[in-house]
Amino acid sequence: MSSATRVLSHVVRSRELAVAVVLVALVVVTTLRNDNFLFSPDGWRNLLLNPSMLLILAVGQTAVIITRNVDLSVGSTLGLTAYAVGKLYTTYPDLPVVLVFLAGLVFGGLLGLVNGVLVTFGKVPALVITLGTLYIYRGIFLSWAGSDRITASDMPRDFLALGTKQVLTIPVLTIIALVVLAAVGYYLWTARGGREMYAIGSDPDAAVLYGLQTTKRVLSAFVLSGALAGLAGVCYAARYGSISSGAGRDIELQAVGAAVIGGVAIFGGVGTVWGAAIGAVLLTTINSSLPILGVSDFWQRAVVGALILAAVVLDRVLSARQAKRLAAEREAPTDPPPTASPTRQEVPA
Amino acid sequence: MAEPTLVLEDVAKSFGAVAALRSGSLTVEPGSIHALVGENGAGKSTLVKIVAGVHRRDSGTFRLLGTDADFSSTAESKAAGVAVIYQEPTLFPDLDVTENIFMGRQPVGSWRRIDRHRMYAEAAALFDRLGVAIDPRRPARGLSIADQQILEIAKAISLDASLLIMDEPTAALSGVEVERLFTVARSLRDEGRALVFISHRFDEVFDLCDTVTVMRDGEYVGTERIAETSVDEIVALMVGREVTDLFPKTPAEIGEVVLDVRDLSATGRFHDVSFQVRAGEIVGLAGLVGAGRSEIARAVFGIDDYETGTVTLGGDAVRKRSPREAIRAGMAFIPEDRRQQGLVTEASVARNVAAVIRRGLSRAGLLTTSMENDAVGPWAGRLEVKTSALDMRAATMSGGNQQKVVIAKWLATEPRLLIIDEPTRGIDVGTKSEVHRLLSDLAGQGMAILMISSELPEVLGMADRVLVVCEGRLTADMPREDATAEAVMHAATHRDGHTAGGAHHEPHAAEKSEVSA
Repeated sequence: MSSATRVLSHVVRSRELAVAVVLVALVVVTTLRNDNFLFSPDGWRNLLLNPSMLLILAVGQTAVIITRNVDLSVGSTLGLTAYAVGKLYTTYPDLPVVLVFLAGLVFGGLLGLVNGVLVTFGKVPALVITLGTLYIYRGIFLSWAGSDRITASDMPRDFLALGTKQVLTIPVLTIIALVVLAAVGYYLWTARGGREMYAIGSDPDAAVLYGLQTTKRVLSAFVLSGALAGLAGVCYAARYGSISSGAGRDIELQAVGAAVIGGVAIFGGVGTVWGAAIGAVLLTTINSSLPILGVSDFWQRAVVGALILAAVVLDRVLSARQAKRLAAEREAPTDPPPTASPTRQEVPA
Repeated sequence: MAEPTLVLEDVAKSFGAVAALRSGSLTVEPGSIHALVGENGAGKSTLVKIVAGVHRRDSGTFRLLGTDADFSSTAESKAAGVAVIYQEPTLFPDLDVTENIFMGRQPVGSWRRIDRHRMYAEAAALFDRLGVAIDPRRPARGLSIADQQILEIAKAISLDASLLIMDEPTAALSGVEVERLFTVARSLRDEGRALVFISHRFDEVFDLCDTVTVMRDGEYVGTERIAETSVDEIVALMVGREVTDLFPKTPAEIGEVVLDVRDLSATGRFHDVSFQVRAGEIVGLAGLVGAGRSEIARAVFGIDDYETGTVTLGGDAVRKRSPREAIRAGMAFIPEDRRQQGLVTEASVARNVAAVIRRGLSRAGLLTTSMENDAVGPWAGRLEVKTSALDMRAATMSGGNQQKVVIAKWLATEPRLLIIDEPTRGIDVGTKSEVHRLLSDLAGQGMAILMISSELPEVLGMADRVLVVCEGRLTADMPREDATAEAVMHAATHRDGHTAGGAHHEPHAAEKSEVSA
């Protein structure tokens, strides 16, 4: 098999493609109903712009889930960082935009570090730890902000302009999200650290026997997730201009949902950020297209839930079938075992 | 002579109150293949894990390549040039086989980017050297045990280590694969590396190795040159203890058939397993770790599924995949890891015992502590569980007493058949005999007992009849008189070629001897 056909057959059978097909079908059907959905300038911009924050969160979430953990605190981190950015601007109105983005990354990364330290050194499941920090970070936000809210007038105009600005019709925030996606995707695919994250999630005990630095890797996954949630918070501030204490509420569950729909196994070791990113776009797009298709508000949430369940059931069925097939394959030639027989030798050129 | 690659002297290691290794010694010269033999539980694996950096020794000398060593992680031992092939393969099922080999030390190019092309080429070259046709890009999930072992070997070879330890690498391999492995091992030896080879197969030990060290009960027994010793001598060193005194099984009257298992098969786990257990009889299920003994027991009790075959208890068929049904029919099952599966260690003794009979105890759906204590008192008394109050938490008791609580828990259901997996694992020698006496008493009262054990003396001392499992098949069924350490070991390690059991021992007419094809 040549490497081109191998890549092709891999892509055709991939979860990423399947989700992308669903997404395209959804966009096509919705556009047929109302062509403003795709072909008006606003429609095009919103289609690209709306998923950008969830996409960033889903990328970070994927890195964490791959190590067999989960980060539920990202919604609170997003909100807290967005508010902190507003406060930063009320104190230093002339701060360069780049510095603000950097501050958001660092602030979010610190919050992620707290999660990571508690999970790796406390030996408590991430689900519990990050559920705790979800409430703690939100609580800090509430007591800091009180009934106060940040409004567009608190922030400089060129910062807010970033929220809607487009380059060649592509919104800037979307470009930021795509850069993040590409960078993390590249790291997970081709750096030792990234591959070790998959290994840790696939079998944590084996990872220890291999001598991998499991603590360091899990810690960095949480820092990454926190930093990206911080970045998403800055994007949130730029996009909406108004930050109340409800900012980012419930978005952590959407981030987990996006990853699961995109084929990231909740038990770790499997999945890509590409899949999670497509899942994030699908989730956001469903929310805007279902009203156009005449689906009531209640059913919109049910559809999202059904999608997640369908993804999980599909994974279950496929892996059970694969396990059965592999067991049968192993049984077939009892002696000599399959390896000893001169079967297909597939060494790529 | 050159400096030894590995020196271990009087190394000890305890886990809690249990001494896994009392005094282990091993000296391995460069350019040699050194066999390490001993029964299950003799301390070989613990010794290996200390060298590998999985465990840290409590005391003793450990020198590697002439310098003192004390590894606190496997990464440190790897860096020092130690490669270990573990008995149970450690793999990442979701990743492909090449990544499994190179994880943590992938070849990298510029920008520390993994050079996938080189990595797959190196993996293909490794498989070539081992003479196997494994696709370097296939996932590790679903590999046969043999292929998993090959992968472990490929991993170890690619490390370019000066000391290679193989912990029963051939248990799952076929003859051809074993020969290839040995060829590679010999070429590594000729390069001047040191190899440690742990095996139960004496023909392989004598074929491959030049020196052999024997361990027993966590202690060093002796080292011999292969050319100057014999299988009989090694076995004598391994067993070397009066079996019957330690494990008293009082003869009981053997009654009618209680458990009748016919042609049980489950793909990938076990095949055509047929045996019977009679009232008052203790049947020992022997075999190597991973041979499929526990899997058979779990299937009989209904925890795991099986594809074909029947299980009958006292003449009535037992529905598969239903432990509830099995309990109701009169079965009891005490799993290997009692902390994990049999005992709620955080709960009180009384609650643990009452857990199984809760339905019979509760009144109007309520269960009070006093009811639990009332119901449980007589049982604990009968078992002499030394728990001053039944309210004591199970976790704080010794291993022996915990095991008794687990047994008490099941006795309260008044079973006809007791399946017990590794009854004395992790229990100190003194309490072991108490557990054995208890099992013997129960058999004397007419209970049928199926006992899985990896400790040969325990099987030989306790069992009225010994069944041996090898790679998922019953390879021997011998009565107490015929069961010797050699015969059981032989049956446990031979499935192909010469058939076990039948060739050495005439099976008794009434009993069915399963001999694999």
